[in-house]
Amino acid sequence: MTKPLVAIRSVSKNFGEFQALKNVSLDVWAGEVMCLIGASGSGKTTLLRCVNQLTAIDAGGIWLDDELLGVREHGGRLHRLSEREIGRQRLKTGMVFQRFNLFPHKTALENITEGPTQVQGRKPDEVRAEALELLRRVGLSAKADWYPAQLSGGQQQRVAIARALAMKPMLMLFDEPTSALDPELVGEVLAVMRELARSGMTMMVVTHELGFAREVADRVVYMDQGAIVEQGRAQDVLGAPREERTRAFLSAVI
Amino acid sequence: MKPGPALAEGFPDLSGMRIAREPHWFRWLSAALIVLVLAAIVRAFAGGQIEWSYVSRFLTAKVILEGIVNTMVMAVLAMALGIVLGIVVAIMRLSPNPVLKTVAAGYTWLFRGTPLILQLLLWFNLALVFPTIGIPGLWTARAVDVMTPFLAALLGLGINQGAYTSEVMRAGMLSVDIGQYEAAQTIGMGRLRALRRIILPQAMRVVIPPLGNEFISMVKATSLASVIQYPELLHNAENIYYANSRVIELLIVAGLWYLLVVSILTPLQMLLERRFARGTLRLAR
Repeated sequence: MTKPLVAIRSVSKNFGEFQALKNVSLDVWAGEVMCLIGASGSGKTTLLRCVNQLTAIDAGGIWLDDELLGVREHGGRLHRLSEREIGRQRLKTGMVFQRFNLFPHKTALENITEGPTQVQGRKPDEVRAEALELLRRVGLSAKADWYPAQLSGGQQQRVAIARALAMKPMLMLFDEPTSALDPELVGEVLAVMRELARSGMTMMVVTHELGFAREVADRVVYMDQGAIVEQGRAQDVLGAPREERTRAFLSAVI
Repeated sequence: MKPGPALAEGFPDLSGMRIAREPHWFRWLSAALIVLVLAAIVRAFAGGQIEWSYVSRFLTAKVILEGIVNTMVMAVLAMALGIVLGIVVAIMRLSPNPVLKTVAAGYTWLFRGTPLILQLLLWFNLALVFPTIGIPGLWTARAVDVMTPFLAALLGLGINQGAYTSEVMRAGMLSVDIGQYEAAQTIGMGRLRALRRIILPQAMRVVIPPLGNEFISMVKATSLASVIQYPELLHNAENIYYANSRVIELLIVAGLWYLLVVSILTPLQMLLERRFARGTLRLAR
C-alpha cells in the first residue's frame, strides 16, 4: 500500500492567543500539485512553514517521506530532534519565499551553488555545471554572474526557484511566490512553476493566482480561520464550490 | 475667456537670462574671522616658549619611532582580540540558550562598567592576587614573569574592546533581514554555518564604519598602557622629557604621530567598505 509523501495529522499552532492552525489534517501525494487558497490569516502560509519546520507545531504530527518531522517517539513521549537532524529533514523540501530572500552578497550562480557545496559537501565543478543547467531551465543563463540587486523581481524569484531545486528536493513549497511582483513579471515566474509541475515535481503552492490554480493544480484546498473548509479537484472547488464560505471568498477575489 | 490655440499674452520672455550669483557676504565675513583667529593662535604658539627645533629633532628619533611601532602593534593585536571576542559574545547574546545569553550580558556589563585604566592596572598587578599561575601538576610560573606590560596591555585593551565590539556586532547581525536566516535554514544550514556564510558577511557592511571608529579610539587608548610601562608612543615621549624637560615639545611630537596615523586609517576604511559593499550597488553592466 502506498503512502502519501506528506501526511499532516491533527496539527495545531498558536501564536499567543491567536490560533493559526486548528486540528488540520491533509495528505499530499507524490507528483501532486496542490494549491492552498484563502484570505490572509487563514493559516495557509503557517501550514506550509510547518511542513518545512520554519515554524514548530504545537500539537499533532507531520510525516514527510514516511518520517516524522521534528520529533522522535521514544518510551511513550516525543523528543525534539537536534538541529542537525532537522537540517537533514529540511533537505527533502525546497522553499520559495514571497520576498525571494536571495543572498544579496552572492551572485545568482553562487546563490544556487551555496547549498550543494557548503551543506552537502559536493564537488564545486559538478555543482557549478548543474547550477548553470538550472539557470538555463529558468531562462537566466545570461545572468549567472549578476547580483540579486541587479535583477528584476521576477528574475530574482526564478533564481530562488533554481536555488531550491539545486538541493534536489522531493517536495517544493511555494509561499505566495508572485505576491511581491509587479503585475507584468508574474507570468515569467508562473511559467517556470508550470514547467516544474509538468516535470512531475510534487508541489504545495500558497497562492492568490486562481487562474494558475485552475490550470495547474491537481487539488485545491481552501482554508479559513486555521481550518480546511473545502478541498477537491480545481474545477470543482473553484468552479462549483459546495461550501458557502468558499463561494463568498471566490466571489470576493474574482 | 475661451482657451484658444494661441498662448496667452502678458508673460515676459525669460529665455537667455541667467540666475545671478548671490554675494554670500556672511560666509566671506565668517571665513575671514576664523582665519584671523587661527593666525593669532599660530602666532601665539610661534612666539611662545616652545623650542620648535626640539620638535623636528625628536619627530624621527629612534625611541619615538619604536614607540609608534609598539603603539600600532598593540592597537592591531588588541583590536583583533576585541573583534574575535566581540563576534563570539554577540553570537552568544543572540543564542536561544539562556546560560550563554546571561554570560555574554555579564561580560559586557563588567568590562563596559569599569574604567579602562583601572582594568589595565588590575591585569598588570595580577601577581598581587595570584603569586604563581599555571596548570596544577603540569606547569607553573611566577605571575610577575608572565604578566609583562605587553600581555597586561593586550588583555586589558582587547577584553575591554570585546565588550564594546560585541554590541556593534550584535547591531550588525540584527540589521540582516530574518528572511536571510530562514532562506539559509531551508537549504539545510545550521545556526553557526548560516551565521558564518550568510549573516556575518552582510553584517560586516553595517559594522565597518563603527568598527573604524573603534579602531581609531583604540590607537589612542593604547596611550593608557603607558601607566603600566608598556613602551608605546606616549610612554617613550614621557621618558625623553623626564630626561630633558622638553615636555611640550615631546607632547607635540606624540600628537603629530597620532594625527598622522589616524589620517592614514580613514582612507583604508573606505577601501574596506567598498570590499564589503559587493552586491549592494545597482551597477550598470
